[in-house]
Amino acid sequence: MIMPLLKGLQITFSHMFKKPVTLQYPTERPAIKPNFRGLHVLNVSHDRAKCVACYLCPTVCPAKCITVEAGEDAKHDKFAAKYEIDMLRCIFCGYCVEACPVDAIRMSETFELANYTRGDFTFTKERLLEKK
Amino acid sequence: MDTLILGLPVAYYIAMVAKVLVAFVFVLLTVAYATYAERKIIGHMQVRLGPMRTGWHGLLQPIADGVKLFFKEEIIPDQASKFAFLLAPLVALIPAFISFAVIPFGGTIEVFGYKVPLQIAAYYDQAGAQVFDINVGVLYILAMASLGVYGVVLAGWSSNSKYSLLGGLRSAAQMISYELSAGLAIIAVFMLSGSLSLHQIVAAQADGAWYVFKQPIAFVIFFICSLAEINRTPFDLPEAETELVSGFITEYSSMKYAMFFMAEYANMVTVCAVTTTLFLGGWHGPAFLPGWFWFVAKVYFLIFVCMWIRATYPRYRYDQLMHLGWKVFLPITLLNIVGTGIWIAVTQF
Repeated sequence: MIMPLLKGLQITFSHMFKKPVTLQYPTERPAIKPNFRGLHVLNVSHDRAKCVACYLCPTVCPAKCITVEAGEDAKHDKFAAKYEIDMLRCIFCGYCVEACPVDAIRMSETFELANYTRGDFTFTKERLLEKK
Repeated sequence: MDTLILGLPVAYYIAMVAKVLVAFVFVLLTVAYATYAERKIIGHMQVRLGPMRTGWHGLLQPIADGVKLFFKEEIIPDQASKFAFLLAPLVALIPAFISFAVIPFGGTIEVFGYKVPLQIAAYYDQAGAQVFDINVGVLYILAMASLGVYGVVLAGWSSNSKYSLLGGLRSAAQMISYELSAGLAIIAVFMLSGSLSLHQIVAAQADGAWYVFKQPIAFVIFFICSLAEINRTPFDLPEAETELVSGFITEYSSMKYAMFFMAEYANMVTVCAVTTTLFLGGWHGPAFLPGWFWFVAKVYFLIFVCMWIRATYPRYRYDQLMHLGWKVFLPITLLNIVGTGIWIAVTQF
């Protein structure tokens, strides 16, 4: 009856000298793994978004958070006139990335998505575009 | 300097007051930083860091907590028995501090040619060249310890909340079953020392003849019973937060809550000081450092053990607690007294 009690004391004592697992978050940053699914980014090529507004991503999206409206540019090419992701609905499954036939969307390492108003969670095309 | 009051210079009285103040402030600081130490030690035992943000490694945390509690809203429940509700925190806090009056925390120091014993309720008789203190010091400590429980019971009863009431009742039941064993455990020490004066008990343990070596069973049982009496884990049933919200302090807020909190830690410091005095040779230690240093070191070690125990054991169930108190500790302490009696009879006659 007494030995297990002493064993418990010994375990807690030995744990005191282990390196704490705590991450001092705002100052210490977590090491993000390469396939982390964070905030979406619209890839840019030749100074314009690669997206061709094929509607595969809103179709595959299980949370129905992507809104795409197609437009036509001067060279009669289809492009996304509107591309919005509602981050309050997005579940970060990454299906949009898998579905994209032209590699126009990827997911970044950004995970701090808190905001002050509901409207700020609607990420418009401008906010999603890749910053170069 | 030459003014005499009752045959002693003014400086002597100043030294006496200074002694009281230093001891009190030291206990208060220890209480404040015991909360910090507890969070740090338990944190590291759980492979966490504990407080880190307030000051260097969270060192200002107790001050921040104190200021926060001070500015919190004072809430008194409508249906509470107001007088008892306000009285309870004081009843819990004050006995925890006044127990320190009889604990010797050092040898004698010399002030202006007069010897001053480092024990609040004591004086040095210049003619007889010896220290006099309360001759029933241990009885006084036991009395104060059981008085402190009244604060808890009153708090539980006056809050008019079922959780508080359950906490208070548990505390009362716990006190009865553990105080008995604690008292009986100390009897073995009296039998060896032949005195209830804490100064004499410490004097009897000079030169490393600590009672912990002569009475290991009494030491362990007294320490465990003390933990139960001050409601610390694994016997923190009166405030069992998983069952009773916060037990007897559920309805308390602001400084009254802070007073219960201080009482809990002050009780821990007191119990550790009493255990040091009774079993660990008080302020005696190797002579290269002063007596008060050894006293503080021993007390801090015991406080660490309290926190270590808290980090290790889950709470006892109510029936297990009663079983332990009445069916395990009580018979063992009784046997210990008989054994000590036989041993004294064999060695001394």
